[in-house]
Amino acid sequence: MNIFDMTIHELHTALEGKQVSSVEATTAMLERIESIEPRVGSFITVTPEPALAAARTADQRIAEGKCHLLTGIPLALKDIFLTEGIRTTCGSRILDNFIPPYSATSWEKLRDRGAVLLGKLNQDEFAMGSSNESSAYGTTRNPWDTTRIPGGSSGGSAAAVAARQAVATLGTDTGGSIRQPASHCGCVGLKPTYGRVSRYGVIAYASSLDQVGPLTRDVADCAVMLEAVAGHDPKDSTSVDTPVPNYSATLKQGVKGLKIGLPKEYFIDGLDPEVQKAMEAAIETYRRLGAEFVDISLPNTDYAVATYYLIATAEASSNLARYEGVRFGHRSEKAEGLIDMMTRSRSEGFGDEVKRRIMLGTYALSSGYYDAYYVKAQKVRTLIMNDFIKAFADVDVMLTPVAPTPAFKIGEKVGDPLQMYLSDIFTIPVNLAGTCAMSLPAGFSASGLPIGLQLIGKPFDEETILRAGYAFEQATEWHTRKATI
Amino acid sequence: MKITVADVEHVARLARLELTTAEKELFAGQMDAILGYVEKLKEVNTEGIVPTSHAVPMENAFREDIVRPSIGLEKALANAPERAGSFFAVPKVIE
Repeated sequence: MNIFDMTIHELHTALEGKQVSSVEATTAMLERIESIEPRVGSFITVTPEPALAAARTADQRIAEGKCHLLTGIPLALKDIFLTEGIRTTCGSRILDNFIPPYSATSWEKLRDRGAVLLGKLNQDEFAMGSSNESSAYGTTRNPWDTTRIPGGSSGGSAAAVAARQAVATLGTDTGGSIRQPASHCGCVGLKPTYGRVSRYGVIAYASSLDQVGPLTRDVADCAVMLEAVAGHDPKDSTSVDTPVPNYSATLKQGVKGLKIGLPKEYFIDGLDPEVQKAMEAAIETYRRLGAEFVDISLPNTDYAVATYYLIATAEASSNLARYEGVRFGHRSEKAEGLIDMMTRSRSEGFGDEVKRRIMLGTYALSSGYYDAYYVKAQKVRTLIMNDFIKAFADVDVMLTPVAPTPAFKIGEKVGDPLQMYLSDIFTIPVNLAGTCAMSLPAGFSASGLPIGLQLIGKPFDEETILRAGYAFEQATEWHTRKATI
Repeated sequence: MKITVADVEHVARLARLELTTAEKELFAGQMDAILGYVEKLKEVNTEGIVPTSHAVPMENAFREDIVRPSIGLEKALANAPERAGSFFAVPKVIE
């Protein structure tokens, strides 16, 4: 077996058994990255020297018998996570030369367990996009079909796992940015409950929606990654101080008697027939495993995309005010005076999609429109949350598609932002409700494109979606298929 | 709903963005389509509904007020496009 094909669990066993060293594993990953990166474009920055230094340290830890499941495992991070001393661009030209003075808590937690950082992954600029096409560093290609998008905004994080350029990765999810690329690239991606994982050191897009989560080869690896990064952080006042369960310990408890809700608003006419077929097959698998199905309704689903694009852009317009060329990032050389310097720096540094969202958010917050747009959206958000609370009174988890179609073609939706936004219709409500959800491989289209299944859990009940995901994975073989690239 | 180039110019000024004529026209059309789409929220009866700004019910997060080391001057200034001693330098503000 190739080292780069291994899961966290497989590589951990090999490391602990001294069949392979972390330096060997890291070298194998770096070679793999180098050989296929021209075709995929998952990375913005690759960091071979620090990676090999970390691998040597990990090998020492392993030799001393101080081996955590993640010790010596080569990982990669979306370029939205601050990494001290390592360039962090967030996919934007405005941060092209930015070297963070400190690290994100989630990365520190992985690093403290001995994980090896291979580099920083491509993404839509400031996490604004569903296709990775808004990156200032080129579009990442889907490893299953390089004429197609990998999804976004954590497109590099998903493509790197699918192309076996990293054993596992971290991404962020504001409206589907972990789950949708995981679905399009055939890997597992989990968006934890808002507050479950610290956002400290994660470049902010929409602060009331952003959440950090793992992308992995399988559900067991996902549990390991979530265990490592979850938990309260005094540096993030919105991180919640509730105990982190041992997710791995309950994975194998099965789904007998589990009540799974099927929200009728997610099984609409416009759904791609192949996605529909994969969902029906998944329902059949769960029935065979002893789960029970309940028809439910989330009546305000149709308003989620509109609500999201008001709230997220409003928060973004405020969060991105910090890029003004004074303290860090790009500063225009043509400026005359302070305000002109700020205006020119921003206009030169931001790409189209970021400008568009700042403009929309500024509009929604501007005098005369604040109540009609922003406050109205916050009220509809309450109704969307209430839909989930009501539905979860009767079910343990919900099963839905992740995306209405498999990965679309590069360039297909670039000219029509509204169509691009509507592709997130099944993932956005979860962010608005603040709860957790996971995407996992559930089939392939006739042309060989992965199709993902979404399991939505109650707030802070990642345990149940992981357990349900694990049961599905044991009963199917979708997650074992590999992209030939 | 009709977003005009003048509307785009107004919002761009508020957002400290400078747009080309082509960008203004493009954004006017795209913003018009997107804002036209979000008009559908008007169908929803939200009378008496409390707005949600944060999904997890949460009180203020307090901690002990203890002095801790910070990242320090050099690190804080390391990314400055221009510095003057221990300050961030900017173009002259007052003529």
